[in-house]
Amino acid sequence: MHVVFVYKTTTMPGTYIPSDYLSVAVIIIFAALIGLGAIAAGLLVRPRRPYARKLMPYESGNPPVGEPRYRFSVKFYIVAMLFVVFDVEAVFLYPWAVAYDKLGIFGFVEMMLFIFILLIGYIYVWKKGAFNWE
Amino acid sequence: MSLSEILWVLIKTVLVVSVFLLHVMYVQYFERKVIGHMQGRMGPMRVGWHGLLQPIADSIKLFFKEDIIPSSADKPIFYIAPIIGVVAGVSTLAVIPLWSGFSIADLNVGILYILALSALASFSVILGGWASNSKYSFLGGLRSSAQVISYEIAMGLSLVGVMMMSGSANLSDIVNAQKGGWFIVPQFIAFVVFMIAVFAETNRVPFDLPEAETELVSGFATEYSGMRWALFFMAEYAGMFVMSGLAVVCFFGGWSGPAFLPGVVWFLLKVYSFIFLFFWVRATLPRYRYDQLMGLGWKLFIPLALANIILTGLIKLL
Repeated sequence: MHVVFVYKTTTMPGTYIPSDYLSVAVIIIFAALIGLGAIAAGLLVRPRRPYARKLMPYESGNPPVGEPRYRFSVKFYIVAMLFVVFDVEAVFLYPWAVAYDKLGIFGFVEMMLFIFILLIGYIYVWKKGAFNWE
Repeated sequence: MSLSEILWVLIKTVLVVSVFLLHVMYVQYFERKVIGHMQGRMGPMRVGWHGLLQPIADSIKLFFKEDIIPSSADKPIFYIAPIIGVVAGVSTLAVIPLWSGFSIADLNVGILYILALSALASFSVILGGWASNSKYSFLGGLRSSAQVISYEIAMGLSLVGVMMMSGSANLSDIVNAQKGGWFIVPQFIAFVVFMIAVFAETNRVPFDLPEAETELVSGFATEYSGMRWALFFMAEYAGMFVMSGLAVVCFFGGWSGPAFLPGVVWFLLKVYSFIFLFFWVRATLPRYRYDQLMGLGWKLFIPLALANIILTGLIKLL
């Protein structure tokens, strides 16, 4: 049986296309195997004597009261929504930062406009009290 | 790609990760010693000379511990949560250049890769806390989610300055760009923001809110025992190493140093200084409240990181 890995070996002039993603796959699989292996290896030697009281969720020694997954008011959900917006904005900065030297003054002014618009929104949500949820 | 190349990748990965795990094992000994001496104690002393065999004894003990799974737990998620943590903690090691020209995977999107995979680590905490179906775990998981949304943007933005300085997201290129001087000087604001975000990212004191053993028993890990519990903490310490490595690469010139020591020794010395900083802070500072952390992230670090980007841009233009 043959497993053929096809890799793009031709690179565009002046650019760098890495063929290192096999290593990434290997390390991710190896890391998962370490985790699974550590748990599986213990199966042979560790005791297993479950009974109902041992398997109860811990609540300072008392029998648990009520359900832990009751409706919980997550007060920071507005911040969580803002997080999605700002995180996407942050992503736009990465390619700009890498190419900054080539963009020159045009790139700088363009990004300042972008950050300025971002800041208006930021100040607006701050003034609206989105960060004071206590 | 020939068979020998694939074999080389396999051997390289297995070797480096094995050595890395040995470091992860022994860093817990280091931590107990450092914290012990800071508190006027000796730390572990009994197993072996000055307790040197303590980590080995601990790992053997953990293998023999019963794996208790609460009857009300969400089993599949409960099973995979610690494994997600380990994958996130260990696989980020791949792009860290250990010495000149050597990293497991020399990606040109190194910084993005680390940010993406280390963000997965908080999923293991959130999922583990939720799947345990216990109140302490649930609160721990919830706090972790609050923590993620407060530091992650600042962390991402703080590294933008470094990428502007070096014109690359490849970690080896970033080290090579620091030949004229380490980025700690021009990027000092970014470094401070990044370091504080890293403490939150790795769930270390003063931001160990998801665990918070004095309030939430053991937070997200309350219901975990034996090897599964150990995996969570292996992931945490692995994350600490990788984040220290990233800080060294981005701000302290990576493997570079005077030539009388090889590059990898310089790299490890710098990484261990950062690890020591983690322990020092743990022995010094009290824990933050999670609304304080959120305020810190959103009201202070995001404007600071943005200001740093604008400043860096201006300085580079002039």
